[in-house]
Amino acid sequence: MNVINHPNVVIAPAEEVWHLRLYVAGQSPKSLHAIANLTTLCEEHLTGHYEIEIIDLIENPSLARSDEIVAIPTLVRLLPPPLRKIIGDLSNTERVLVGLRLQPDTSR
Amino acid sequence: MATTAIKADQLTTASGAAPPLAELLKAPTGISGLDEVTGGGLPRGRPTLLCGPAGCGKTLLAMEFLIRGISRFDEPGVFMAFEESAEDLVANVASLGFDLAQCEADGQLVVEHVDLLGGEMEVTGDWDLGGLFLRLGAAIDAVGAKRVVIDTIETLFGAFSNTAVLRSELRRLFGWLKDRGVTAVITGERGDGTLTRYGIEEYVSDCVIVLDHRVTEQTSTRRLRILKYRGSLHGTNEYPFLIGESGVSVLPITSPGLRNSASTQRTSTGVARLDAMLGNGGFYKGSTVLVNGTAGTGKSTLAAQFCDATCSRGDRALYFAFGESEAEIVRNMSSVGIDLRRWVDAGLLQFRCSRPSVLGLEAHLFAMQKFADEFDPAVVVMDPVSDLLRIGTGADVSAMLTRQVDFLKAKGVTALFTSLSSAAEPAQADQQIASLVDTWLLVKTMEGNGEHNRVLYVLKSRGMAHSNQIREFLLTDQGIELADVYVGPQGVLTGSARQAQEAQERFDGNAWLEDLEQRRVNLERRREAVEAQTAALWREFEDEADIVGRLLSHGSIGVEDRAGQRAEQGRLRRADTDEPAYIAHPSDIGGVK
Repeated sequence: MNVINHPNVVIAPAEEVWHLRLYVAGQSPKSLHAIANLTTLCEEHLTGHYEIEIIDLIENPSLARSDEIVAIPTLVRLLPPPLRKIIGDLSNTERVLVGLRLQPDTSR
Repeated sequence: MATTAIKADQLTTASGAAPPLAELLKAPTGISGLDEVTGGGLPRGRPTLLCGPAGCGKTLLAMEFLIRGISRFDEPGVFMAFEESAEDLVANVASLGFDLAQCEADGQLVVEHVDLLGGEMEVTGDWDLGGLFLRLGAAIDAVGAKRVVIDTIETLFGAFSNTAVLRSELRRLFGWLKDRGVTAVITGERGDGTLTRYGIEEYVSDCVIVLDHRVTEQTSTRRLRILKYRGSLHGTNEYPFLIGESGVSVLPITSPGLRNSASTQRTSTGVARLDAMLGNGGFYKGSTVLVNGTAGTGKSTLAAQFCDATCSRGDRALYFAFGESEAEIVRNMSSVGIDLRRWVDAGLLQFRCSRPSVLGLEAHLFAMQKFADEFDPAVVVMDPVSDLLRIGTGADVSAMLTRQVDFLKAKGVTALFTSLSSAAEPAQADQQIASLVDTWLLVKTMEGNGEHNRVLYVLKSRGMAHSNQIREFLLTDQGIELADVYVGPQGVLTGSARQAQEAQERFDGNAWLEDLEQRRVNLERRREAVEAQTAALWREFEDEADIVGRLLSHGSIGVEDRAGQRAEQGRLRRADTDEPAYIAHPSDIGGVK
């Protein structure tokens, strides 16, 4: 797989810190799945250079407005730019990697 | 306030005697006309779908629902906008006098803009619209909202590709709104052959209102129809509505009630003999008058004279002209001795002249009502209403005039409409508004003797003993005058035929007088003759008497003589005779003829 030459794919350099934020709503199964899936994925692909911030919108509803969150769960890649949003419980690892541009989109 | 809303049973003519059972609660919209056609407002605590094509006024109507809720019914609201930003919304509705910023500052309104333009989102498994629910919930809680508008939720379909999840989430959303007990208005874009592009009408089943924006003969009209209103009676027609300077105004075809007071005061028509024809006094104050006639019959002149009379009493008159400009009317009326200029200068008379095609019917109506509100006239003239048929069908015009009549009657304004009709077929508008008007004057021309002459009669006049006679309608240097017409074996005589008839009658009268004089003279002559004859007879008599006297005095001698003579003659003839021979002929007695 010719990953390196693909223009959309960022192979995260080890020195760059990835800042990810996950918006969830309480302790719903979807939220818990999303948190678990994200942790697993980051450990595997961004070992050691990532930060995950989990925001429970039930505790901070006003953040949904300021951060323009409609669907839950929503994963936002804050760093590196540009900002990207991924919705769902992150159970489809391949789509998450595509969404984070950690893997080329082979489906289209 | 909700109790003042018109109940559904008042809208229809159904028996309606039975008391309503558990009646559907309604949230009045406060939008003029909409509460009438919905029978009191939108279903309280339930979602209503408002759909239509782009530019039909969905957002505005929904926004007005919220603003009226705040200002009139003390029901705070939330406006969730998917399309326009909060700043754009504030600016857009400011032109209608809605101060969103103030409402927000007062804690009565939340404008929640949901930005979905963040690009396509990667979907990675199970998700829901929890964020949206949370945001809406927070906004509702922030102001204690009773009314919610979601404009336009279908934008979500552009942002999320998985429509199956979206549909189930929307279903959940509407259920959730119901649970929250808020009266919601959800707008939807008209789809191709469906009410909304993504068929969300399936989820909103309580009340569906369809807006439309059609252009007929280059005039655009917005229309509103209540497609469905579960559990409530509602008007089923398409109602024109317009967006004016103070928001949306729906114009129901029928007004819900006829509760105008009726004045017994009369107001002079400005034509003394017309007042007399209307049973001494003229039109009722606050009544509606239709002057109907063919071209050039003096309808406008009658209207102008009415205005003139009104202004000379010190009242105000408002003249809507659809065919002539102010300058033209003033000039034309001065030619028949009606000086309108002085009233315009005195501020008692106001002209509003515009071609009908400048605006749509509803916009005309709106403008006229606005002017009438500002000027507060005692009399309103619309000249001619038949011109409005150019921009609408007979039914539309009649609906508009109904509305206008109701409006003016409620204000106690006497209205005079002129209407142009062709001789062959009465104008459509006349047929339609015939039942609206209280007094209907017909002016027409009668042809004969190679000329047209105007005649006027009162076709109907409610509540007054009006004349049934035809009068000739004369435009003189001193305005309008009405003259008697002659009815003879040849029919009604007008114009020169009338003048000829008048002359003939004068002539006939003179001849009669001459004849009388002649007879008097003859009689006199006869008397003289009789007197002369009598005198002659007397003379004759006296002469005779004289002769007889004389004869009597001489008689004694004569008798003796004659007796002697007779005896002598008898002797001579040897015969006797009885005949006195001396009276041979009566004329012998006198000697005078």
